[in-house]
Amino acid sequence: MRHNALYTILFSGAVCVACAVLVSSAAVSLKENQLRNAALDKQRNVLFAAGLAQTGEDLDASEVQRRFEGIRSVVIDLRTGERTDIDPTGFDQAKAAKDPATSREAPQNRASVRRLPDHALVYEIMDGDEPSTAVVPIEGYGLWSTLYGFLAVGQDGNTIEGITYYQHGETPGLGGEVDNPNWKSLWPGRKIYGAAGEPAIRVIKGTAGSPADAPHEVDGLTGATITSNGVTSMLDFWLGDSGFKTYLRQFQEGQAL
Amino acid sequence: MTAASSKTLLDPLFESNPIALQVLGICSALAVTTKLETALVMCLAVISVLALSNVSISLLRNFIPGNVRIIVQLTIIASLVIMTDQVLKAYIYEISKQLSVFVGLIITNCIIMGRAEAYAMQNGPLDSLLDGLGNGLGYSAILMATAFLRELLAQGTVFGAVVLPKVHDGGWYNPNGLLGISAGAFFIIGLFIWALRSWKTDQVEPEG
Repeated sequence: MRHNALYTILFSGAVCVACAVLVSSAAVSLKENQLRNAALDKQRNVLFAAGLAQTGEDLDASEVQRRFEGIRSVVIDLRTGERTDIDPTGFDQAKAAKDPATSREAPQNRASVRRLPDHALVYEIMDGDEPSTAVVPIEGYGLWSTLYGFLAVGQDGNTIEGITYYQHGETPGLGGEVDNPNWKSLWPGRKIYGAAGEPAIRVIKGTAGSPADAPHEVDGLTGATITSNGVTSMLDFWLGDSGFKTYLRQFQEGQAL
Repeated sequence: MTAASSKTLLDPLFESNPIALQVLGICSALAVTTKLETALVMCLAVISVLALSNVSISLLRNFIPGNVRIIVQLTIIASLVIMTDQVLKAYIYEISKQLSVFVGLIITNCIIMGRAEAYAMQNGPLDSLLDGLGNGLGYSAILMATAFLRELLAQGTVFGAVVLPKVHDGGWYNPNGLLGISAGAFFIIGLFIWALRSWKTDQVEPEG
C-alpha cells in the first residue's frame, strides 16, 4: 500500500499519542497499588532482618501490620545518634538525603554513598518497654546497582541478628545471591566491631567458619567478588562514625540503664 | 471452531513451535526458568502481550504505512509490555521483583514481532488472536517443561513444594547445580528440540 509522507507522519503521531495515553493511564491508575506494595515489601524485609518472619513465608498486609505492632519506628539524628520526635510515618529517608537542607555531602567512602541524610529511620523491636533489637537501613553500590537493605543488631549494639536486601539489580545467580536464605543465615551471631571499636565485619573470599571461630567474617558469594566487597563497604560505612555507630552505642547503653 | 482456526491455534504447540522450530525467544527461556512460579507468570505475560499485539496490529494492518511498519509494531508492542509490567508490579509485586528486567525484555522477544510481521500484518483480527494465543502457548509449553525439570533437579521442588528432599536439608537428593544456571536450560531446550525433531522428522533442516 502506498501512502504519502504526510499520511505517514500523521499516522505515526496518532499511534504515539494513543500508546502514550494507554501507558500513562496504566501507570497513573496503578501507582497507588505499586507504592503500597513497595512499602509493604520494605516492612516485610524489616521483619525478615529482625528474624520475626522467615524467608519465603507468605505475609499479607494485615499479618505484616500485626507483627509490626511490637516494633517502634524511630527517626534518629545520625550525627548525635539520638532519637528525635520527628514523625516516622511521613519520613522519607531517600528524599531527606537528596534535600540539601536535610543532608550533607557524605565523607569519602567505598560504598559510593554521595549524600548523608541528617536523620535516619530505624526500627526498634520492643521486648516489653525495652528495645531488644535495632534494625537499621543500609545501602551501597555493588557491581551494577545500589543495594538497599536492612541490618538487625542485637541488644549489645554489636551482635548481628540478620541481614536482608529488598532492592538491588545484581546478576541473578551471582551477586543476586545476596537474597539467598542460606547465605543470609550465615550472618546472625557475628560481631560488628573490632577491639578498637572500628567496624570489623567483612565478607571474605572463601569460607569463614562458625560465628565463634570467625566473629567478624562472612563467606563470600561465589563469582560475585565485587558485590561481596560492596556489602563489606556499605557495612563499613553505615556502621562507622558517620553512620549508625553513635546510635548503636547509645542503644547498648540504654539497655544498661 | 473450524479446522483452519484450530490449526492456527494448535500448530505452534508442536508443528511450528516458536522456540523449538524457529529457535526464537531463547533469552528469556534461559533466564526465567529456574522456578516454575516465575516461568508461569512470564508465560502469562507473553501470551497476553502476544495476543493483544497481534490483534491490534491486525486491526491496523490496512492503515499502517509500509515504510514505518516495524516502528509502529514496536511502539504498540512496547506499550503493551510496559502496561503488563505495571500490572504485575501492582498486583504480584514479589514475583515481578524476581522477574526484574525480563518482563521489560519481552519487547525484544523475537516471537512477538515475528508474529506481528509474519502473521498479523496479513490476517484478520480473529485469526491473529488465535495465532497469538497459539504461539504464546507454544512458548509456554517449552518454558514450563524446562522450568519443571530445572526446579525439580536443581532445587528438588515443584512450585516451591519439596519433592526431592535435598541432602543439605537432611534428605537424600544431591541437587544438580548445573541446571540451576542458565547453561542448564540450554541443555534441556536442546534435548527438547532433539526429541521433537526425532518425532517430527520434517522439522529437520536439510544439511549443507
